[in-house]
Amino acid sequence: MNAARTRSRRGTTAALLTVPAAFLAVFFLYPVATIVVTGLAPEGHPELGVLGRVVTDPSVREVAWFTLWQALLSTAATLAVGLPGAYVLSRIDFRGRRLLQAGVTIPFVLPTVVVGSAFLALLGPRSPVNAALSALLGEAAPTLDLRRTVTAILVAHVFFNYAVVVRTVGGLWSLIDPRVEDAARVLGASRWRTFREVTLPLLRPAIASAAAIVFLFTFTSFGVILLLGGPGRATIEVEIHRATTQLLDLPLASTLALLQLVAVVASLLVYGRLQRRTTTQPLVGSATTLRAPRSRGERWFLRANLVLVAALLLAPLLVLVERSLSTGAGYALTNYRNLFSAERATVLAVPAGEAVRNSLVFGVAATAVAFVVGGLAATAATVSRGRAADLVDRALMVPLGTSAVTVGFGFLIALRHPPLDLRGSVLLVPVAQALIATPFVVRTLLPVLRSIDERLREAAAVLGATPARIWREVDLPIVGRAALVAAGFSFAIAVGEFGATVFLARANLPTMPTAIFRLLGRPGAANFGEAMAMSTLLMLVTAAAIVAIDRLRIGQVGRF
Amino acid sequence: MTPRPVHAGAPVLVAVLLIASCSPDGDPGDPEEAPETVEDTDEVDPTDEDAEETDVEETDDEGRPTDDPEDEAATADGATVTLLTHDSFDVSEDVLDLFTESTGHAVDVVPLGDAGTALNQTILTGDAPQGDLLFGVDNTFLSRAIDEGIFTTHESPLLDEVAEGFVLDDQHRVTPVDRGDVCLNYDVAYFEEAGLDVPEELTDLTEPEYEGLLTVTNPATSSPGLAFLLATVETFGEDGYLDFWERLQANDVLVTDGWSEAYYDEFSGAGDGDRPLVVSYASSPPAEVIFAEEEPEAAPTGVIEASCFRQIEFVGVLAGAEHPDEAGELIDFMLSEPFQEDIPLTMFVFPVNENAELPEVFEEHAVLPDDPLDIDFELIGEHREDWIEAWTAVVLR
Repeated sequence: MNAARTRSRRGTTAALLTVPAAFLAVFFLYPVATIVVTGLAPEGHPELGVLGRVVTDPSVREVAWFTLWQALLSTAATLAVGLPGAYVLSRIDFRGRRLLQAGVTIPFVLPTVVVGSAFLALLGPRSPVNAALSALLGEAAPTLDLRRTVTAILVAHVFFNYAVVVRTVGGLWSLIDPRVEDAARVLGASRWRTFREVTLPLLRPAIASAAAIVFLFTFTSFGVILLLGGPGRATIEVEIHRATTQLLDLPLASTLALLQLVAVVASLLVYGRLQRRTTTQPLVGSATTLRAPRSRGERWFLRANLVLVAALLLAPLLVLVERSLSTGAGYALTNYRNLFSAERATVLAVPAGEAVRNSLVFGVAATAVAFVVGGLAATAATVSRGRAADLVDRALMVPLGTSAVTVGFGFLIALRHPPLDLRGSVLLVPVAQALIATPFVVRTLLPVLRSIDERLREAAAVLGATPARIWREVDLPIVGRAALVAAGFSFAIAVGEFGATVFLARANLPTMPTAIFRLLGRPGAANFGEAMAMSTLLMLVTAAAIVAIDRLRIGQVGRF
Repeated sequence: MTPRPVHAGAPVLVAVLLIASCSPDGDPGDPEEAPETVEDTDEVDPTDEDAEETDVEETDDEGRPTDDPEDEAATADGATVTLLTHDSFDVSEDVLDLFTESTGHAVDVVPLGDAGTALNQTILTGDAPQGDLLFGVDNTFLSRAIDEGIFTTHESPLLDEVAEGFVLDDQHRVTPVDRGDVCLNYDVAYFEEAGLDVPEELTDLTEPEYEGLLTVTNPATSSPGLAFLLATVETFGEDGYLDFWERLQANDVLVTDGWSEAYYDEFSGAGDGDRPLVVSYASSPPAEVIFAEEEPEAAPTGVIEASCFRQIEFVGVLAGAEHPDEAGELIDFMLSEPFQEDIPLTMFVFPVNENAELPEVFEEHAVLPDDPLDIDFELIGEHREDWIEAWTAVVLR
C-alpha cells in the first residue's frame, strides 16, 4: 500500500468522523461537562474536597459495589438466555419466526414502571406459579415471593435486554456461512467443538458488543431497581437521580456521575480488548443460512427456547394485555374506548392518537439521526482501523452508560444560551433518543462491515466498477440486512426511551410513554386501565413497526 | 476506492445542527419568525424546522383559535406566557381559554417531571429559565425555592378571597393555589369483611392486628411519602418519630418508591395489591368514585383523618421571566373562581379561594380535615434532609 493511498484514507476517515464527533461534542460532552462542572465548582473555582468525601463514604462504596455486581450478573444471565435464542431465531426456520423476532423486541420499549408492575404480579404470592403449586401440593405448597429480591432484578434485566443479544448476535449469526461449520463437522468435530472453535470465534465481535451494551444498560439501571429491588437497594444511577431531582445536592450528583463515567470507560477498555481480534470471514445472505430443524435434538432445542421465551417474555406482556381488557364486570374494550374518546378536554390530557403519532415521528427522526451519526462512525472505523475512528466508536458508547438525569439536566442547563439556545425545543427529544440509539447502529453495522472481504471490493474495482457501484453491489447486499436490524432497533429504542426524554418532552407533544406516566400518576381504576391500554398500544405499535422494517428488502439480500 | 454508504445523510444532520445553533431565544413574538411559523403550524417533524415555534403553535387546535398570526398580533396587547409545572398539573381547556380571551395572552404549559424535579430544574436554570412562572412548589419544599431566590414578588388582589393560613410568604413571592392534604387511605371493604376497626390514630398502626397492612412511599423520592414522614414528626416529635417508625418497621410496613406502585400494586382498595392501608391523598376517595366503571353509592376507600398532613401548592413569577406582568395576570386568574372551581376535577386537590364551590362528588365523598397536621415551612426547610436521612437509616438500611 503506498503512501498516497494511506493519506487519502486518513482524509476520508477524518471527513467521515466530523459529524459523529461534532454530534457527541455538542449533545453529550458539552452538556455533561457543564453539569459536572456546575456541581464541582459552584463558585467558579473547583471544590474537590467533595470528591474524597463521597468516594470514601462507605454507603457510596456499597452502592458502587452493588451496581457493579448486579450488572455483571445480569449481563451473564442475559447472554446465557439470549445466545440460544439468537441461534434459534437466526438459523432455524419455523412458523412464526418473523413475528417472534419482532415480538422479542417489545420488552425493550416498555416503560419500566409498567413492566415492573406486571412482574410484581407474576413474582408475588398470588402469581400463577403459586396458584399452580398450591393446586398441586395443596396446603403444604410453599409460597414463592420474589418481590424485592435480587432475583427479581435479574429476571427483569434479562426480560428487557434479551432482544439486545438476539438482535446483535443474531444479525451476524444469520450471515455466517453454515458450510464452514458443516466442514468442521464433516472433518469429525463434535457439535460442541464446532461451536467452540468455529462459530464462537466468528461471533465474538457481536457477542462482545451485546455484552457491552447489556452491561452498560444494567449498570445504569433505575426503574427496575426501585420497583423490583425495593427502595433499600440503590445503583449509582438511583443515587444520582435522588441527589439531582430531590436533594439538589449537585456536588454529590457530579461526583457520582464521574464515578459512573470512570466505570463505564474502564468497561469499554475491557470491551475494546475483546473486540480487537476480529477475523475477516465469509459472509452470505441470510436466506441461505436459514433452514428447518434437522434433527430431533434441534427440534427439542427449538421448543425449549420457545417455552423460555413464552415464560420470560410473553407472560409479563400478557399480564399487561389482560389488565388493559379487564373491567369491573369482566373483559371489555372499555379502557380502549375511553382512551380514544375525545371527552376529556384538559390541557395535559393526552389524546391517544396524538401520542401514537408523536412517538412515531420522534422515533423516525431519532432513527434518522442515529443512522447518519452511527453509519458514518461505523464506516470510518471500517475504512481506517486507526485510533481516531476507534476513539469515536468507543466514545459513542459512553452515553449508554451515563445517567439519564445527568444528560437530561445537562441539556437543560447547557443548551439555553445563544448560540445554542434550545430551551423548549422539540429537537432535544430525538437528539436525546439518538444518543442512546446510535451505539446500536454502530454495533450492528460494524461487525458486518468489517467482515466484508476487502478482496471483493478490489476485484470489483479491477473489473471497472465505480465506488458507488461497488457499494451498491458488494456492500449493500451484505450490510442491508444489518442496516435493517439496526433501524428497527433504533426505532424501538427511540420509542421507548424514557430516561432523558422525560425531562425534555413538551406538554403539547406527549409521547406514548409520557401518556402512560400521566395516567398512572392519578388515582382511579379507569386511569389505571387506560394506562394499561396505552401500554398495550405501545407494544402493538412497536411490533408493527419492527415487522414492517424487517419485511423491507434492501439491495439483493438473499440472492447472493 | 472507499465506499461511502451513508454520506448522503450527512447534510441532514449538518442542517439540524445549524438550525439548532441558529435557534432564536424562544420568543414567539419575534417578527422575523412569523412567515416560517405560519407554514409550520401543522408540522411536527422535529428535525424539520425551528422547534419553539412549532410547539407553541401546536398547543391546542380546538380550544384556542390561535394561529400564529394571532399570536404575532398578540405582541401588541399580549404574549405567550410559559407556565412551568410538575406533571400532576392540569386545567380544562375551556377554562384556560377564558384567560386568553380576557387578556389576549396565550399560555404554554410545560410539565417538567415530578415536583422535586420541576423545582430543581428551575433553580438550576435560574438566570435563563424555561418559562415565566412555576407552579407546584408545596410547603414541604417552599423554603428551598425561596432561599434560592427564583421568584419575584406578585401580590394578587384576589388574595382577599383566599382562606386564612394559606399565605405563607408575606412578601408574596409565592401565591397559594390549592391544598391537597396527604392522608392514609383505607380499603373500606377489607375492614368490614375482616371485622377490624379502622385505625384512628397513628399509634394504632403499630398494634399487632394491623401487622402487614400498611404501605407507605419513600420520603426521599415521593412527595406524599415526605408529607407522611412529616406527619409522624409532628405527631411524635423529633425525639419520638424514629421510635414510631421502628415499631412500624417491626409491624411489617412496606415501603415503595413512588405513589403509583403503592396505590396500584400494593393497595387492595384500588388496585391488585393486598394491603388495605396506603399513603395517598384526601381527595383519592372521590377520584375512585369518578373514575369507577360504574359509579358506586359510597366511595370504596376512606381517609384516616388523624394522619392528614397539610400540603399547599404555590405558584410564583420567576425572577428571570420574560413576561413577568403577564405571568402575574395568570396568577390572578389561577386564584379566580373559574380556575379554582376547575381544580378539584382536574388536579384532584382542593381550591384555596373561599368563594369557589366544590363539585358534588367532592362534597359527598371527600374528607377535608379542618386542622390537619402541619409544620412551619421554614422549619421543614431546615430539617428536611436530616429527617429523611435518619428515616432512611432506620427503615431502609
